[in-house]
Parts: sequence; structure tokens; C-alpha cells
Amino acid sequence: MNSNNSIFNEQEVLHELKHFLPSQAPLKDFIHHNTLHAFQNYKFYDGIRHASKMFGYFVSLQLEDYRSLYISKRIREDILKRIIAEQKGLEHANEWMHNVLSKKYVTSISSRIGLLRLNWKKQYHVDLDLSVHPLLFRILCSYLDQGISIWGFPVGNKGFLSSIREIEANSFTSFFKGNRAKKLLLTGNCKIEDLLKILVGDESLYKQYLYDQQFSHPGWSGMVSTIEDQPQTLLNPKKISIHDLVVFELLLEIDTLDAQFEEGWLPISSDLKNRPVELFDEIPKTELDEVLSIWQDAFEWSYYDPVLAAIQLQKKKMETAPFHKSFQVFTCIDDRELSFRRYLERTDSECETFATPGFFGVEFFFQPEHGQSYTKCCPAPITPKYLIKETDTKKKRKKEAHLSKLSHSLFSGSLISQTLGLLSGFKLALNIFWPSAMPAMASPIAHMDKLSKLTIENKNVNHRENDLQVGFTIEEMVQRVETILTSIGLVKNFASIVYIVGHGATSINNPHYCAYDCGACGGRPGSVNARVFCFMANHPEVREVLSSRGLVIPIETQFLGALHDTTRDEITYFDEDLLSPVNLTNHQKNIPVFVKALDLNSKERSRRLVSIDTHLSAEKIHKEILKRSVSLFEPRQELNHSTNATCFVGRRDLTKDIYLDRRSSMSSYDYRIDPEGKYLFNVMKPIAPVMGGISLEYFFSRVDNCKLGAGTKLPHNVMGLIGVANGSDGDLRPGLPSQMIEVHDPIRLLVIVEHFPEVVLGAINQQPATYEFYINEWVRLVAVNPETREIFLFKDGGFSVYRPLTRALGSISDVITLIETVKAAESLHIVEATKENLPVYLMD
Amino acid sequence: MTLLLTSMLQFFILLPFLGFVFSLFIPAKMENAVSRTVLFTVGLHLILSWVFLIIWILNNHPTLEKSEIVLFKTKDYQFLISFYFDKISAVYLFVGSALTFLVTQYCRWYLHREDGYKRFFNVILFFYIGYNLIIFSGNFETLFVGWEILGFSSFLLIGFYRHRYLPVKNALKVFTVFRIADMSLLIAMWMSHAFWHKNVNFSEFADNQFIIENLENHPVLGVLISLMILLAAAVKSGQLPFSSWVPRAMEGPTPSSAIFYGSLSVHLGAFLLLRTFPFWEHLNFIVITVVTLGLFTSIIATGIARVQSSVKTQIAYSSIAQIGLIFIEIALGFHILALIHFAGNAFLRTYQLLVSPSVVSYMIREQFYNFIPRHYIDKKSAFKKLDYSIYLLCLKEFNLDGFVYRFFWNPLKWVGRKLNYFSGIEIVIFFVATYLIGLICLFNQELIPEEVYKYLPELFALFGLLMVLKAFAERKSALLSLGLVITMHLYRTLAISLNGHINTNEIILYLSGVIISGVVGYVCLNELKSLEHNITLDQFLGHSAEYPTLSFIFLLACLGLMAFPMTPTFIGVEIIFSHIHEDQAGLVFLAALSYVVTGLSLIRIYARIFLGPHVKTYHAHPNRSS
Repeated sequence: MNSNNSIFNEQEVLHELKHFLPSQAPLKDFIHHNTLHAFQNYKFYDGIRHASKMFGYFVSLQLEDYRSLYISKRIREDILKRIIAEQKGLEHANEWMHNVLSKKYVTSISSRIGLLRLNWKKQYHVDLDLSVHPLLFRILCSYLDQGISIWGFPVGNKGFLSSIREIEANSFTSFFKGNRAKKLLLTGNCKIEDLLKILVGDESLYKQYLYDQQFSHPGWSGMVSTIEDQPQTLLNPKKISIHDLVVFELLLEIDTLDAQFEEGWLPISSDLKNRPVELFDEIPKTELDEVLSIWQDAFEWSYYDPVLAAIQLQKKKMETAPFHKSFQVFTCIDDRELSFRRYLERTDSECETFATPGFFGVEFFFQPEHGQSYTKCCPAPITPKYLIKETDTKKKRKKEAHLSKLSHSLFSGSLISQTLGLLSGFKLALNIFWPSAMPAMASPIAHMDKLSKLTIENKNVNHRENDLQVGFTIEEMVQRVETILTSIGLVKNFASIVYIVGHGATSINNPHYCAYDCGACGGRPGSVNARVFCFMANHPEVREVLSSRGLVIPIETQFLGALHDTTRDEITYFDEDLLSPVNLTNHQKNIPVFVKALDLNSKERSRRLVSIDTHLSAEKIHKEILKRSVSLFEPRQELNHSTNATCFVGRRDLTKDIYLDRRSSMSSYDYRIDPEGKYLFNVMKPIAPVMGGISLEYFFSRVDNCKLGAGTKLPHNVMGLIGVANGSDGDLRPGLPSQMIEVHDPIRLLVIVEHFPEVVLGAINQQPATYEFYINEWVRLVAVNPETREIFLFKDGGFSVYRPLTRALGSISDVITLIETVKAAESLHIVEATKENLPVYLMD
Repeated sequence: MTLLLTSMLQFFILLPFLGFVFSLFIPAKMENAVSRTVLFTVGLHLILSWVFLIIWILNNHPTLEKSEIVLFKTKDYQFLISFYFDKISAVYLFVGSALTFLVTQYCRWYLHREDGYKRFFNVILFFYIGYNLIIFSGNFETLFVGWEILGFSSFLLIGFYRHRYLPVKNALKVFTVFRIADMSLLIAMWMSHAFWHKNVNFSEFADNQFIIENLENHPVLGVLISLMILLAAAVKSGQLPFSSWVPRAMEGPTPSSAIFYGSLSVHLGAFLLLRTFPFWEHLNFIVITVVTLGLFTSIIATGIARVQSSVKTQIAYSSIAQIGLIFIEIALGFHILALIHFAGNAFLRTYQLLVSPSVVSYMIREQFYNFIPRHYIDKKSAFKKLDYSIYLLCLKEFNLDGFVYRFFWNPLKWVGRKLNYFSGIEIVIFFVATYLIGLICLFNQELIPEEVYKYLPELFALFGLLMVLKAFAERKSALLSLGLVITMHLYRTLAISLNGHINTNEIILYLSGVIISGVVGYVCLNELKSLEHNITLDQFLGHSAEYPTLSFIFLLACLGLMAFPMTPTFIGVEIIFSHIHEDQAGLVFLAALSYVVTGLSLIRIYARIFLGPHVKTYHAHPNRSS
């Protein structure tokens, strides 16, 4: 054993390989993240260039697309010129303008991955993948299956390879065709190195071979790697590792070659004409790379620039004296809540809205009554120490007979098909012509029973379950309520009711349903969090401590939890019975405001939904939206985060008069309360990973929907409840389906923070993981001086002044009139599909 | 009233046909116009069918038949399109029209903005023409036309995502399996011609006495015909050993998988058995075979369904298992039960497939409340060994997937590869030489000894088969492969001419389609070659991405060359079979085999050149494994 001298270090290679594989969790824990996270240690353009040349991804729009966007004026000439001047110098401006606009380039890409293994086909005329993949995928899927199969994998408590070995050793049949692979497996003599010696021969090629092999099915490899790292993500636990997968796959490959050539074959390196390029060799920058990055910058700034200009161009607000507030609303920072807030404000000018990440600063595991396990209700990186339990539920869960496994066995299947089967034609007709709710759908109100009770207060710190403290103590509550209120900037002028509105989404026939719920709640609806926060803020003892610390919430103010269904534009209120009689009257007065705002919101959304005529009245459209949300045949119940582009961190006054469509997420923050930026760190912490993650996942799924996205969802087949694949033999497809990203403009997120640049800098560079997003420009960042509204762009570790080129902006008085005049896109071509993405307007 | 109903039968085929032709001419950009046209067509068809069914039931559901449409006629042969309608057709019409209508409406929104929207709706109507032809067919010829249309539309639907590798590969795979059914049906038709000494109508099956008499005269032939029918039915309905095509057909958009492979298409094997039941019910051997086949299929498919860990394949195998039971019901004569079972199974599986994406949220929620962790008991017994073995067999689908390849196509490919030693030029010389000899023999029959002459048809048919086998195995030149297919047609006409009694008109009829399609195909390939230089058959090239029109025209040419029911060549093939004598089983086998391999070679050329991942990489393309 002289591992020190050997070139191939198994552990190191596998560890690094895992880093590059997709890291999407099983469907039930779907969280948006940067698809190319492995390249985030590079500057954005260097990172994507590496990804492209190594793995053959398309990492930007195509040259032709940019050029047609330019022709259609979506990319502005002045912006393009400025970017060229900045990056190439004025003296080369003409030359580069020519390059960018009309020079011919070879835009085909060739990747380094797969070149070594291609030699099996070239030299041996054998299609290893075709013989190995379908069987390998089926075995993996059966092993990891979470509950589709009726007869589960017979051995499951031992780890993947040991389970395979156990079955192989005790079976009359075999996984393999020949004897050698079987023997290798059973005698335990199957170290990766030894198997590679048989297959590859030359040790210096081992690493490349493994990359080639695993990246020939990135979906399954990524899933295995993710489950290896987070075994708790499976309800039905299974032990597996990338090591086991590699060993088994190598064995299957040896077996296939044996079956073809009867052990008379030589390793792949024996007859290698020319060595393929090393995967990790230097990747030089080409002129085309530069042209594309200029275009991408120009595309982004064509949108950013007017947004930033709007901040300066809008009419200065008078510092108004605190006026009477009819009610206050907290929503999630989610971009889908922006228009909802706008309509609330427009419907009742006396109300006030705030936004904060939708878990409302309360992190816990939730256990529904009769639930067998816990659901995490907070952002993915946090591991909560608390447990909230649901009791006294009233509702019963409904069953869907058609999804019953009984129909798959012979005799009950025969009975079912002759009874229920005949009815299903009728059911199908009903859903097609009169869609209505059904148990098969994913509904946010099913997350928690509206009328149930929650155990929120912890009276005895020893009350623990499975190492989690049940509920929060008073001090813990105070701390959370204080943090949220202060960072949002609501410390005085409380209205009589403060609505805490979480959000979730209804969808049907949608394996990616988690992506539609609240990302800040770990892909769950925010209802429990809203209720928990309200309980805390309403608690008399909490209020007492808070007021002793100077945060006085008037006794008549009550917090009321609610859940906004972003698909159906419906709102559900919780614990209305706890309202005081006065507030109950107030609440009754507020309800029509919500109803109207939601109607208008659904009308605004409808302009992107072809099945609905945007000219109808808001109420009618809302009815259509409700129908649509439960239609089996509707692959786009809502468009989720499509078109997200910016994120504002600041007071509502900064954006209240700017029409941002539904393209911006908002995080409320008042610099006046926090001059040193003590709270800003907390506010900024989730922005890059959560909003930046969303933005980058949309970005890459949009530019290469084939390799980085999941492709069209129409042929998707659910595999083992953990992922989707095409048809029966396909690899898993991580990323977003085309229906989610087709109208998205692939631009990076622009985070706009209202505070002095030095304070912002102090807040972001405290945590290296989030700082990486900004310093390497995977997320762009500007600071707005709150007093002068001067704009500073973050670049290379420092802020410098940015002067928008946009001098004037169109203004609108009424959003509804605007959206009624927008023409719907006719095709999926980028220029056409994204022309619905409206420019920035000032609102009178 | 019966007369009125009878006269309506043809409209059930005419209507989708008109809609189909009309829909071809709508520009692809006009999504709404395309889908409205198709919906209108199937909607009208639905109304017409249901009104028809009501009147038919009120009039005591008489059996209807109509056999007047003569497409071609010589003194001892006629090609008849005939229709037949009874309770079996009625149930299939009811289920088919309802499901097609619902799924069309479903797809109008579901496929919105999908690349190939128009193509999809065109194919739906095309499929529907085939479906109606089959269920209304009054004789084998009509049924065969529908059968061919269905097989081909399946190819198009499975390969709907034509720029990914797996759909194209699986479309080819399914087409290959379907080809076995075509072959057996073709042979069954020839044998029944020999059996009845005429083209029999399904209505004549009602005459028990007549059948029994004939069976007494030709007992072996009767069994063989039935076996061929059973083979065709087993292929179409995914019975053993062909089951593995059904899950692999689930490559298209979910609703198309739902309606075709979940419900309508897979039940047509059962239809064929129901339709021909009066014929084979007298043969105990066949009845027992059908029951056994159904039983084995339902047991094994249930086993495989139980271990499936993906939703769609699970539904596919459960559906197959139920069809196995339906086969048993048919064989035992419980036809009403079989029909109810068919309807229920078709509706159920369609619905299950349509809601299948919901399974994640539903099951995970269910599991969240009801999950009981599994305890793995370490059994130490022979039982464990059996348990593992059966599980593993089910997981590997009893190795059924490789079966068809191993036993049917690989031997053929092997022969074809052996012929690869001959270059294009050598083939041409060989062809010219043998063909001249053949022609000399033909015109100087009196000079050739009788014993030699009677083997000549077989010899030239064999040459034809060898040509097409080489075309099938050709790895490089598409033009050569196409040329070889055409030579096969020429050899075949020569062989039949040598067999005697064929007249010039019939040969012209046969060759007209071949020559036109051949020329068109050749021009297409040549054009493509001049643009792209390298068109090899070694890998999928995906040229339809850049040349969609050329791809479509070439596809039509391929259809013409494979004697698809759209050129006179189709009738020509039937005529040729009618000229093969009863004692020439060898010749029939050669002709049928070359018919099948021709189809495969042509579809293979088309797929390799125009389908699959595009060779050019200036735009995004999916991983091969996806």
C-alpha cells in the first residue's frame, strides 16, 4: 500500500467530483440554489466559461439572441457603448462594436467531458451507456424509492453496495450476465482502483474516467451524492454513497464488456490514439467569450439602469407626519408578493405594508397532528432547535382512490378497473370542463389545519422531544419579535391590526410543487410561521419585556396571522376569534380591501396566462384563476419567480412610486433605526443565498434548459417520489422545467440596499459564504445613499458612484390600463417571449 | 333504419380523414386554429358516434356490414374496403371517441407553447383514423390498413421529442416490435386467402357451419392462421414475451401516453381476438393457448408492476396484467365481461396517467402521516433465496426487453453485416447480372428445365431479402441503403413475375409507388448530402432541426417505399401475396420478411438522418441519457 506515491487518490477524487455534481435534493425538499455552485469561487464570467468548456453547458443566451434583442431595442445602444468603452477602452470601441454586432463567430461548443469514454464506441463499437444505464437507473431508483413500488427493495438497511451483494449472494439469478463481475462483487475485491485497472489501465486517466462516467448521468449521480450528504431528506431512510454507485457501475461496465468480448478485451488506455484533453487544464478566454460577456452585461444593464434611474427620478416624498394607519401587513420578500402589496396600498391608501423573509424570524420544526415526522419551517441552511406541535385538528384528509396502489395488483385491479375505472372517464370529463379541488393536488392550506391549536409557548425547558425543545420560552420569543420589528423598521405607529401574511401555492400535476411554496420556509407554506409569530407578538409577557426595552406595542394592537395562496390569490386568516371586539370590527372593514386587492392582483397576473382574457373584470378573472389552479391540464398554474430581476432592501418609500411589474423582491429595512447596520447583517444574510439562488437557478435553467434545466415537463415521469425523468429509462432531470422559465429574462439579481455604502460593506463581508456571491459578481449589488439617493455600485471589493444613463422614464397613472394594452407573446423565441417583460415606469 | 345506419359507417373514417387533411394545411404558428380544428373534428365524431349508438341500440343493435368499396379488381382478385359493426365495435367506438375527445381538449392547454404543437395534433387525428378503420373494419385488408396507420402514428408519438436520444431510440424499438405483428397479420391474410379461397369478410364468421366445414378441410392451416392472429394480438397488447415495449412507449407528452399506450392502442390486440373469436373458438388448442398466455402475462406483469419504482411504468405493467385477464375472458367466451373490463381499464389507466405527476405531493403527504418504517428481517432460509430471485427477475423485467432483439432482429442484422464485405459497386454488378439473368429466364421460360424454373421465384425473392438485409445493416451510406431497398422491390416483382399469371398492369401498379417514392427519397438525400456532405448512418444526426420540410418529404418517400397505405404499392403488395400459391410457404415467408425488414430499414434511415440529437452544437442539446 503506497498511496502516497500513487497519482489516483480515491477519496480526494470522489470528494471533488461530488462538489461538481448537481446538488438538488429530492422533490419534497426542493430548494432553489445556484446551479453552477461549484464554480462560484471564480468571478462570474470565468466561472461560467469554465463550466461551459468542461461540461458543454450553454451559459448565456446565444449570440444571435443578443443581437436580435439589440435590434428589438431590448438591449440599449447607449448601454452597450458604455460597457464597451468601460471594458475595452474608447480607442477600441469601434472595433468591439463591430465584433459584438456583426462579426461572425463559430458558436458551436465542444466539451471536455466524455471524451475519454467515447473511445469505447470508437475502438470497440460498444455502446456501454445504452447497456448499463437503464438497468443501473432502475436498480438505483428501486433502492432509493420512497413509496411508489409495492414490493420494495428486499434489503435496505445495509448501504447500497452491501444490499446488492446480499441479494447477489442469495439469489438464483444475478445482476450480471457473466461470472467475473459477480465474483469481484462477492469476494469483496472491488476497490475502485482495482476495477479501474481492469477498465482503464493507465492510472493517470482514472480521474477523468470517473468524471466521464458520472457526468454521463449527472441526474442520478447528483441525487446519490445529495442523499449521501443529507440522509435525513428521505422519509424512508436509505444509505448510499457515490463510492457505492461508482463501484457498482464499474462492475456493470466490466460485465457488459465481458458479455460482448468474453474477457478478451483490453483496458481503454491500451489502444488510445491520442490522450483526450485533461478536464481541469487551463481554459483560455476567447474573443467570443468576451463578446458574450459584453452582451450579457449590456442586457442586464439595459434593465438595471432604468430601475436605478427611477429611484432618482421619482418625485421626492415629503417626510409626512405619522398619519392614521388603517392596518399594517407583513408579507414575504418574495417577488410574487410585490404586486399584491401594491394593490393593497392602492386600494386603501392608509394601510402600510412591509416585507421580511416569510418565516418571520421564527425557525422550528413543525409536527402536524398524527404526523410521523417533522417538517422544517425555515431557510435551508438553518437547523432549528425548536418543535411546534399541532393539536386538536378538525379536518380529515381526503383520499384519492385513483392513486391507490390496489389498482396495480391483479385481482383488486380487475375489480377496480371494472367499477372505479368506468367512473374515471366521468371524473376526467368533470375535471376538464368543470375543474374543482381534488385530494391529489398540493394545497397550502393542507399544511396545517386552520382550526387546530399549536403548542408555541415553552413553560418548562425540559419539555423536549427528540432533542428539540417544544415551543419557545418568553425570552426566546422576545428576542425574535424584537429582531423582526426592528429590522423591518416598525417600532412605533402601530395600526390596530398587523397582518402577518405567509404564503404558499396550490398546484396540481406538479412534481415541483415545493418550488412554488415559500423558500424562506424551506419550501413549505408560511402559515405555521405566521401564526407562531403572531402568538409571540400578542403575548402579554412578551410585550411587557419589549416595552421595558423601549419597543412599545400599544395594547389595542393585535397581530393576526394569515396565508396568501399565490396561485389562487386567496387569503386565509388564522385565530380570528382571538381578536378583540373592536379589532373584529376593524378586521371586517379590512377584509373587502384584501378581497379587492387580490382580485386586482389576479387580473395583473392574468396578462401572462393565455387561457384568460385580461380585459374581463377583475372578479371574473379571479374566478378563472381559481379554476385554473385546480386544472389537471394546466402545466403553468402560476409562473412562480419567472422574471425576477432585482431585490430592494430598504423602506417602501424608495419604491412605492416605481412600477416594477412583478420583477422585484423586497425586504423592508429602515436605515434610520439602524444607523450602524447592526440589523442589516441579519437582513442581508438570506438575500444572496435565497434570492440569489432563485435568480441563478432561473438564469441557468433558462439559458440551457436541456442540460441545466429539466426540459419540458410534459413527458416527465416521477421516479421513486424523489425526482423526475423522461420516459422510463431516462436519467433524473434536476433544474427547472421549461414551463417555469420560458418568459424569464436571464439576468443576474441586482440587490439594491438603502444605506450608506460603508455600512453596507460592513454588513456583507462578515460572512464569507454570502460575500462570495457579491465579490465574484454572481449577484450584483448597489447601495443607495438614503439622503442624497446617490447610487454606488459594488465592484472588486469597493463601492463606486454609478450614474444612470436613463434621463427620463415613462409614467403611468393606472397599472390596470397598462396591462390591458400589453400584447401577448406569440412564440417562445427570446425576443418574443420576453417582450411581455415590461419596462420600468414611474407611477403618478 | 338499418340501411341508414349502414350507409353511415364510412363517415366515421371519412370525418377524421378530412379533419386530418385540413389540419395539415394550417400554419404551425396558429396554435389555436390547429387545436380547434382537431377538437372540432373529434367532437363532431363524438356526437355522431353517440347519436349513432343510441339509434343503433334503439333499433335492437343489429349487426351492420358494408362491403362495396372496391379499390382494385382483377378477374381473380379484388381489394375491398369493407365495414362491419357489432357490439364489439360499439364499445370500442364509445370508449375511443370519449377518450380521444377528452384528451384532445386536455392537450389544447397542456401542450400550449410546446415545440411541435401542430405535429402532435396532426398525429392524434392520424391515429384516430387508424383506430376507426380497425374497429369498423369488415375484413382483414381494411383492418390491416388501420393497423399500419396505427403503428406508424405510434412511432411518431413516441418519438415526439425527436431531438432527444431516448424517445427516438424507443420509438424505433416499438416500431420494430410492431413490425412483427404486421408480418404475422400479413401471413395470416395470405393463409386465410388459401383457407377460404377468397377474401373473407368478418361477417361470414357468424356462420358456424361454414367455419367448421372449412376447419375440417384444413385443420393445420386453421391453427396456423389463429396462431398468427394471436401473435399479432399479443404484440399489440403487450402480452408475453413482448410486454416490455409498453413502458418504453411512455416517451411522449403524458396525455398521449395515457390515451395510446395506457388505453386505446394496447387494447386493440384484445379487439383482434374478439373479432376473430368465432373462427378460433372451435380450436381447443388455440383457446388453451390464449388462456395460458393471458394467465402467464397477468401473473408476470403483476410481478413486474409491483417492483416498479416509477409511476408510469407501474401503470403500464398493471394495464398489461389486466389485458392478460381480458384475453382469458375472451377465450372463455365471456365477451360482455371482457368489454366492460376493457372500458374500465382504458378509462382507469388514462386517468391514472393523467394525474400521475400529482403522485409526489399526494403520496408524500400520505406517507407523512402513515409511514411505518420497514423492518428488514434477516431471513436465513431457502425462502429468502426465492424471494430475492423473483424480485431480481421482476426488476430485470424477466429480461424481456432484449428478447425481441435477440431472437428476431439480431440474427437478421448478423446476416446483413456479413454482406457488408461487398462494396456498393459489387452490389450493382451483382444486381445487374442476376436481374438480366432473371429477365432472360422470364422471357424464355421454355428453355429452362421445369425443376429449375420452379425454384426461381424463391431464389430472386431471397436475393431481394438479402439486399434489404444489407440495407438494414448498412452503417455508412444512406444512399446505398435506400438504393438497396429499391432493388429489393425490383427483385420482388421479378420473383412474382417468374411465379406466373401476373399481368403488366399489376406490376405497373406496384412499381409506380416504388419508383416515385424512390426518386423523391433519392433527391432528398442527395440534396441533404450536397448541403451537409457527411450523412452517415453510424449515428443519429438530427437534421430535422434545420431541414424540417426536407425531413417531412423524405418521410413520405419512406412511407411510399415501405408500401404504406397511401400509394398504389400498398395494394400491389396485397396482389403480390395473392399471386403466391398455396404450396409456396417459403416464398410467403421470404416476401413477408422482406416486407418487414424494408419498413425497418427505411425508418432506420429516416431516424438516423433526421431524428435524434442534432450533430451541430451551436444550440443547447440534452444529455444522451436524458
